[in-house]
Parts: sequence; C-alpha cells; structure tokens
Amino acid sequence: MLDLFFLDLGNKVISFMHFFGGLATLTGQTVYQAFKPPYKYDHIIEQSKKAGYDSLPIVSVVALFIGFIFALQFGYFMQRIGSEMYIASLVALAIVRELGPVITALIVAGRVGAANTAELGSMQVTEQIDALETLATNPVKYLVVPRFVALGIMLPLLTLYADLVGIIGSYLICVLKLGITSSMYINMTFSALIHKDLFTGLFKAWIFGMVIALVSCYEGFNVEGGAAGVGRATTRSVVFSFLLILAADCFITALFYFIFP
Amino acid sequence: MIKIQGLSKKFNQNLVLDGISLNIPAGQTCVIIGRSGCGKSVLLKHIIGLLRPDSGRVLIEGKEVAKLKELELVALRHKISMVFQGGALFDSMDVEENVGFSLFEHTRLSRKEILERVEESLFLVGLGGIGNLMPSELSGGMKKRVALARAICIRPEIILYDEPTTGVDPITGDSINELIRSLHDKLKVTSLVVTHDMKSAYHIADKVAMMYKGKIILEGTPQEIQASQDPVVHQFINGLSKGPITEIVDDAH
Repeated sequence: MLDLFFLDLGNKVISFMHFFGGLATLTGQTVYQAFKPPYKYDHIIEQSKKAGYDSLPIVSVVALFIGFIFALQFGYFMQRIGSEMYIASLVALAIVRELGPVITALIVAGRVGAANTAELGSMQVTEQIDALETLATNPVKYLVVPRFVALGIMLPLLTLYADLVGIIGSYLICVLKLGITSSMYINMTFSALIHKDLFTGLFKAWIFGMVIALVSCYEGFNVEGGAAGVGRATTRSVVFSFLLILAADCFITALFYFIFP
Repeated sequence: MIKIQGLSKKFNQNLVLDGISLNIPAGQTCVIIGRSGCGKSVLLKHIIGLLRPDSGRVLIEGKEVAKLKELELVALRHKISMVFQGGALFDSMDVEENVGFSLFEHTRLSRKEILERVEESLFLVGLGGIGNLMPSELSGGMKKRVALARAICIRPEIILYDEPTTGVDPITGDSINELIRSLHDKLKVTSLVVTHDMKSAYHIADKVAMMYKGKIILEGTPQEIQASQDPVVHQFINGLSKGPITEIVDDAH
C-alpha cells in the first residue's frame, strides 16, 4: 500500500518535472526562433485577430459585469461608513492592478489557449506537424512563434480595454444608482491611479500572454492517443494555464511590493 | 544512395528497431514489407530525421542524418519528400497551398510560377483543376494523391512513402501504384515504400525487404521473395492466418 503511494507520488513528481523541463525547452526554442529571420508578419496578424479582436465581445461583457459587481460590493460597505466617494478609487485600483489582467488572462486561456491546444493537437495526431518538418519548416517557428508574439501583444491591449470597460461599468452604477456625481467619479479615479499601477497591470498581462501561448502550444505538441488525447491535452492546457497565471500573478505582485515598492 | 547501418530504437522498453542494415541504391524503388506495428514507419522517420536512433546510423549521400546541423538538415529535406499514411494535408489550407507549401515558404519564385508548378504536379497525379478545394472536400484516395503531388512539387531526389495504398479501394490503390512506378520512371527518384500490400510491393519494387521483430529478415527481388522458403516470409506474403508469426502471438496470449 505504502509502496503504491510512493510509486504514484514518484510518477507525479517525474511528470511534473517533465512538464516544466519541456516547457522551458519550448520557451528557449520559441525566443530563439522569434528573433531569427524571416519574420512571419502575416501569421502574427492572423493570430492577433483570433486572440485579440475575436475576444473583444466576451472580454467586454465580463469586464462590464466585474465593474457593476465591484461598485455594488464596495458601495454596500462604503455607504455604511459614509465614504462612497472612495468607491471610484478602490474600483480603479482593483481593476487596473489586479482584476483587469487576471480576468482577461483567464478568459483568453479558456478561449484562445484551449483552441490553440486543440488545433495543434489535431495537427499532431494527423501527422501534420511531422509533415511540416519534412517540408523543411520548423514547427516552432511556424506554429508557436506567431501565437507567442500575438498573445504577448494582444493580452496587454485587451487588458487595457478590459480596465476601461470595467471602470465604465462601475461608473454607471455609482453615477446612476449610488448618487456620486460624474465629475467626482472621474476625479477620484484618476487621482488614485499612478503610472506604476497601469504598468504593473500591463506587465502582468504581457507575462500571462506568453504563459498561455507556451502552455497551450506545449500541450498541443505533446498530444498522444487520438481524439481522446486531444481532449485531455485541452483540459490540461486550460488547468495549467490557470495555475501558472495565478502563480505568476502572485510572484509579480510580491516582486513589485517588496523589491520595487 | 541511402545506407542504413545497425539502426536500433527503443520506445520505453519496447525494442522497435533492432540493428537494421539496408542499402538502397540511387534511382531504385525499395519496398519494405512487414506486419502493422513492426516499425516500418519508425524506420522512415529515422531516414528523414524526424527521429534519432539509439544506436546505428542513416547515411544519405555519405552524410549521417542524425548528426546534421539545422541548416544541413533543412538542405537535406529539400531533396527528400515523404508521403504520410493519412496524407497529412494541412487542414487550414486549400490543395494549391498544400502542394505549393515548400515553394511558397522556401523559394523566391513568383506566385504565378509556383501555381504553374502546383498545377503540373497535380496533373502528374491525375488531379488537375482541384487547386481550390479544401482537404475536407477530398476523398481518401484524392488526399493520398494530393500528398503525392505535394511530395513531388519540390522535384525531390528521394521519396519516402508510408503505406500509400492503405485505406483506399483496390482500383485507387492500383492507380497509386501506377503513379509511383511512373514517377520513378519519369523523375528518376529513389523511392522507399513501406507497405503490407503485397500486390503493391510486387508491382513497384526493384527490391523488397521484409521486416520482422525489428530486423530485416530477408531482402531480394520480388521474384526472390516470392520463391522464399522462409516460413515467416511465406506466411506473410501469402496472407496465411496460421504459421510462425501468429503462433508466437498465440503463445504469448
């Protein structure tokens, strides 16, 4: 019984190390290929459209609801202590520093990351990735680099957009329901935010974008076992992306808190 | 000339290739026969550098494939084409883009010149005028022929075929065999075909090699293979359900 437990634990540790080793290797290859000409601008534009433009509707809806919910939740407490005017500052800080990048990254990991894994996984099981190699084309350069660059650019832009929509959502609740004047809301929002807040949020988004691209492509490249394997890899891709996004968020927040206060 | 010397490969504890040696002279068609799962496709993937051997080597024009640097491997792959079992056509591209992929990616030819080459290759495989169709609109046999057109579009010196007649009807299978034969005659390419279709093997081969348990157990002309008294070869080429190959499997069960 104990033997089996340790065997299972050992296998899990090996599998964990294998995942991070493979991810690190893919990261190295991707960065190397990204700087090596020729550059596939048309592929980057195509992936940017899929990752960025096509995600706008879902990001808009989620960010708007987050704005509504936070305004109401802060309103509930701040009205009790008579500090409604600070709702705008709190919402702006929460969204720009934390919620904007994290929620956007989770949406994109579920929407774009899952699609990447399913697409590359299907290509893997039908030998299309091997075919690319035999046609003298590096699969990392052809398939991973455009996704890596596109997500690295589009996630900060989507985050910026989500920040704006979230703040508008909160503005609507505060101005229409909680009796805060429009000019006061805008003043309190901009007085609370400093450049560093925006930079921290966008830096996080850039890292999250690269994490999503690498995890989703790694899982897609390593699919085994046909259609069922593609399904398993897609689930793993979303779960690992979520975990790594939250781990990276914690690390970057701590970094900015303790080292660059 | 392709030289395979003492090639071995293990996947986990499963020894798939066990010291395989084989020479394929330039301009010849060599057919490797053997049961499904005996390592024929793995052998092809070593030749084109998709897999690295545990021991042994593959030499093409005197250069060891596994030791080639990135640019040398790219140069080698401009001379070798591979036709995959399921075609491995790119789903997101139409037939034209699939067939001309290498030329679009790696040459400075104009689009017009590439499309002319694409049409010429499609015509050679008997599929002229289908350039705008997507792979999902093609039948199994058409996919195989488009894959063949993609393979010949770069005018390769060597073509590797992975079970080119598997999964197609006998008439399409025969037309694919004719195609392989005529490409060999017209383009003077060296061909290595892995198959378990004996009719195909006799039709296209200059030389046949039989793989069994990760080894080449016999090689010779189609006539020599047909005349072989080896019980394993005899059972396989005649498609018999009883014999040494299945006895070992039954014993294992």
